[in-house]
Amino acid sequence: MIPTNVSLMRRILVAFIRNEVRKVGLERVVVGLSGGVDSSLSALLAAEALGPDQVLGIMMPYKTSSAESLEHARLVVEKSGIRSAVVDITAQIDAYFEAFPDADPRRRGNKMARERMTILYDHSARWDALVAGTSNKTELLLGYGTLHGDMASALNPLGDLYKTQVWALGEAVGVPEVVIEKKPSADLWEGQTDEAELGFSYREVDELLYLMVDQRYGRAELIDAGFAADFVDDIARRIMTSQFKRRLPVIAKVSHRTIDRDFRYSRDWGK
Amino acid sequence: MAQINPKLGDVAANMALYEAGIREAAGQDVDLVVFPELSLTGYFLRDMVPDVAVRLASPEMERLKALSREVSLVAGLVLESEDHRFYNAAVYLEAGEVGHIHRKVYLPTYGMFDEQRYFARGDRLRAFDTRYGRLVLLICEDLWHPSTIYLAALDGALTILCPSSSPLRGVTDGADQDDNARYWELITRSYAETFGMFVVHSNRVGFEDGVGFWGGSGILDPFGHTVCKAGYYDEAFVAGEVSHEVARRKRTRAPLMRDEDMDLTIRELERIRRE
Repeated sequence: MIPTNVSLMRRILVAFIRNEVRKVGLERVVVGLSGGVDSSLSALLAAEALGPDQVLGIMMPYKTSSAESLEHARLVVEKSGIRSAVVDITAQIDAYFEAFPDADPRRRGNKMARERMTILYDHSARWDALVAGTSNKTELLLGYGTLHGDMASALNPLGDLYKTQVWALGEAVGVPEVVIEKKPSADLWEGQTDEAELGFSYREVDELLYLMVDQRYGRAELIDAGFAADFVDDIARRIMTSQFKRRLPVIAKVSHRTIDRDFRYSRDWGK
Repeated sequence: MAQINPKLGDVAANMALYEAGIREAAGQDVDLVVFPELSLTGYFLRDMVPDVAVRLASPEMERLKALSREVSLVAGLVLESEDHRFYNAAVYLEAGEVGHIHRKVYLPTYGMFDEQRYFARGDRLRAFDTRYGRLVLLICEDLWHPSTIYLAALDGALTILCPSSSPLRGVTDGADQDDNARYWELITRSYAETFGMFVVHSNRVGFEDGVGFWGGSGILDPFGHTVCKAGYYDEAFVAGEVSHEVARRKRTRAPLMRDEDMDLTIRELERIRRE
């Protein structure tokens, strides 16, 4: 069973945000608000760590985004008292795809995610803030996110929390019930849901990931624990093939000292 | 115990934390302050190790000696030898002099740890005499090897001083702190009670690259009772008394170290090694 000790997770993550933001000499974070549980939780944790005035939640709808998403994001803003802004991305997305009208939904979705990333980073510069991430451990392990898009951030309080834990913690810190209850969606087209697209439920895959990754169960042990062999193999393959999304670009080694291979420093160097 | 949050790789900034800790101690009439492991440098140093290393003749060491004229202290730092090995070291200073140096023996190099990549391994473990009695220094992972406490107890130490940079990890249901803190508290209490020793644990707090350190510094007496205890995850300064009378009572009630058969242990260890 995945632990959901919400009071301890909350304490750790609030301290994490406060420490990692202040040690670089800043007080503020910017977070993209989709109206979903992950970004809502990130924003609420940041508000608790730094004060609601120090958090800017940006809603970035496209013309096909559901009205409900924006409504839910607004609920979070109201509830938490954070600052907010709306930046509609329709004009720039449509201008780009006029030149590439044959682009499929995957390309369009990735482009939108990366457009939103540039807006968050621009606002972080404008406002002397860091971009807080919203990718949870389930998405990161499955590679279910856009590299340099929604996966990009300066600090990510949710990256070691499975979706199951995000729901539990979200409830504890006051993410509106309607946001927790609804089906997770990337909201790229009408009626899209993560679980339909992935082909399994988050709760189901979280139990598997927890045993496979955190507890290091082998294939035979996982099958013994009641998971279908095909499911185990599919998830193991997804983790392996998405490894590139969790790493920096590969660098050709030429010198004696290559960045990140034998030039090794912590990110918090001097901080 | 000065439960501080050092800056990674900034010795000058951390020396200021040491100075503040010594001032605090002097104000509270504290005799000895234990600073956490690598608290003069920060923990995840990686390639910074040679840049932050100090030698016995370094100005930083002179500064620490000067501080120890006011209050005795244990410093956690990177010590460079004459032949340029870098040790994860704890230095005991008293009355303006270096009283003892312990070089970490067990350098964790698994999971999130990479110490053997950067540090040379210490090769000795000695108790030492101070104005506060006979002590031993053990750094963090050293304490996870019960042989170190056994040796220290046989060597006559009544008090273990343990500076650490112990990272929080493992959230479980129904616990107030992380799983690593739980394990530390289990073993330190067992050691204190089993060996009839005081355990003085000084752990840091703060985050480095997302890794938090859990704090929870404190003193356990030879009965396993808590003498004092800092909170988790936040900076703190906590002090308590290490009383020889308490150790005497415990060792009178249960004279386990008196009855310890060292020759038996040596014979069996030699046999195990031979076989």
